[in-house]
Amino acid sequence: MPEIRNYTMNFGPQHPAAHGVLRMVLELDGEVIERADPHVGLLHRGTEKLAESKPFNQSVPYMDRLDYVSMMCNEHAYVLAIEKLLGIAPPIRAQYIRVMFDEITRILNHLLWIGSHSLDVGAMTMFLYAFREREDLMDCYEAASGARLHAAYYRVGGVYRDLPNRMPQYETSKWHNEKEVNSLNENRQGSLLDFIEDFTKRFPKYVDEYETLLTENRIWKQRTVGIGVVSPERAQQLGFSGPMLRGSGIEWDLRKKQPYEVYDKMDFQIPVGVNGDCYDRYLVRIEEFRQSNEIIKQCVDWLRKNPGPVMVDDHKIAPPKRETMKGEMEGLIHHFKLFTEGYCVPEGEVYQAIEHPKGEFGIYLVSDGANKPYRLKIRAPGFAHIASMNEMAKGHMLADVVAIIGTQDIVFGEIDR
Amino acid sequence: MANSLETLRAELQDRFADISIKADIAYNELTLEVPTAHVFNVCQALRNRFDFSQLMDLCGVDYSQYGQADWETKQASSTGFSRGVSKGIYKEEVETQRFAVVYHLLSIKRNQRIRVRAFTEGEPPLIDSVISIWSGADWFEREAFDLFGIVFEGHPDLRRIFTDYGFIGHPFRKDFPLTGNVEMRYDPEKQRVIYEPVSIDPRTLVPKVIRHDNRYAN
Repeated sequence: MPEIRNYTMNFGPQHPAAHGVLRMVLELDGEVIERADPHVGLLHRGTEKLAESKPFNQSVPYMDRLDYVSMMCNEHAYVLAIEKLLGIAPPIRAQYIRVMFDEITRILNHLLWIGSHSLDVGAMTMFLYAFREREDLMDCYEAASGARLHAAYYRVGGVYRDLPNRMPQYETSKWHNEKEVNSLNENRQGSLLDFIEDFTKRFPKYVDEYETLLTENRIWKQRTVGIGVVSPERAQQLGFSGPMLRGSGIEWDLRKKQPYEVYDKMDFQIPVGVNGDCYDRYLVRIEEFRQSNEIIKQCVDWLRKNPGPVMVDDHKIAPPKRETMKGEMEGLIHHFKLFTEGYCVPEGEVYQAIEHPKGEFGIYLVSDGANKPYRLKIRAPGFAHIASMNEMAKGHMLADVVAIIGTQDIVFGEIDR
Repeated sequence: MANSLETLRAELQDRFADISIKADIAYNELTLEVPTAHVFNVCQALRNRFDFSQLMDLCGVDYSQYGQADWETKQASSTGFSRGVSKGIYKEEVETQRFAVVYHLLSIKRNQRIRVRAFTEGEPPLIDSVISIWSGADWFEREAFDLFGIVFEGHPDLRRIFTDYGFIGHPFRKDFPLTGNVEMRYDPEKQRVIYEPVSIDPRTLVPKVIRHDNRYAN
């Protein structure tokens, strides 16, 4: 009788369902996974080492490029860590702006997740719907920071600038006539806040649309119910966080439990799952859409009523105004010192974690009193999640690996760093 | 919060009275410094008796250039500063305790965090693996091994994780140049990818300076 041998298959690194550059060596017994060994590091850029060679403020844009679908949340953890070492707090308006954009980012991230996850599992329409809404939110990014993706909007001591009073509008071109452009510009007549408020009114209906497509969908349920089950004990053992932990039924959200900025003033709920499978994690994230939407509404209300500064008034940390820099010696010196040497951060070490859309995103920062970080460690939520791939995929079918990658919300920018 | 950290510190000092641990609270965070030999036992006790059910992060730190600035700005001579590009400016002084492993633990039950730091000794630096306490330590230890060359005893599968297959050296050590040692390109004559020594010089664009600003001193 011939010897029966397991079949080893190479998945990725160039595979549409690998969410970037994941290479997995799968050991198969027929179509059943015996062992999954993810090889990561194909996108390793050494962000942490690069940050050690640059002044603190120059690494903010690197943070955007970590998890490149939730840019501002990465920046948030980094600037919070530096602010903690410096012992400063941004003005209250900047804190509200940050919370608002954190939630916009959460929706952006979950939209990409639901789009690509369902596309992998076989639902094409979701992807198109999700990108329709992402477009509006990226316009918000663009209006506030000038960039649609890599914003570099959060700075130490506040945010780069206040929200604009005018939302940029479409212009007529050879592809869009005036009638089309007018309908596109309909909700862009007012300020950025008006546009965001309009979005929060439209968005719950969109989430209902997603749910009609997926929640009771037979194929979706067949592909996700009972797949990748993680018990609450194992989830803690494996260092899970965010929706992966909540999907297993543990009520844990840093925004509530260890609040930062103004999250303690926000009214929202933490959704938790029951079974810890892909379907429960899907439901958790869908509910997070709605909760984030509520938080954005509360921020918009507050921001309308309370104008004020968005950056600390300390030119050792924040650059002076352009006119001050051009007109006054003091301003020129501050500007020059800040952009050539940066600022020295007191000696010490901090670990600052935030509730990133994917889980707990932490920055461990060691400073020896210099103008550059001595050591910067980025605790990426996806890293702990993908490390559990072997355990989650074992015993499942080959096609379920794709569903598990989807449910883990893998983005290689943060895993490989 | 601060108060309960104090309580936790007192509890820990009481529990680990027999070994010399150092417990500091700074920036509202508790740091335990543990001798390498006791790391495993301390971690086990933290998990089983103090409910630190999650290992959120584990990383290596290379302390060999801690507190060394690229130039001393206290003395400015008439000839001005040299550009901060010279390589021999660091003090070549290897401390006995160069590498540390830092654990960040989280207790969901107590809603508290704690940091455990252990300095390792020797070359390669050795420390006990905590993988049997928290399964999640697996990849974090591989990462610290890859980037710093710290060897975790008892780890079942200590392979490189981020760097290329066949990579030499540990890139996050402070004596590893930022530019790396080799570069890779496709050679059309040999029709394959080849490795060569790097062709760029390491440069310091902004020198590292250490200043003490009284406003931010704690």
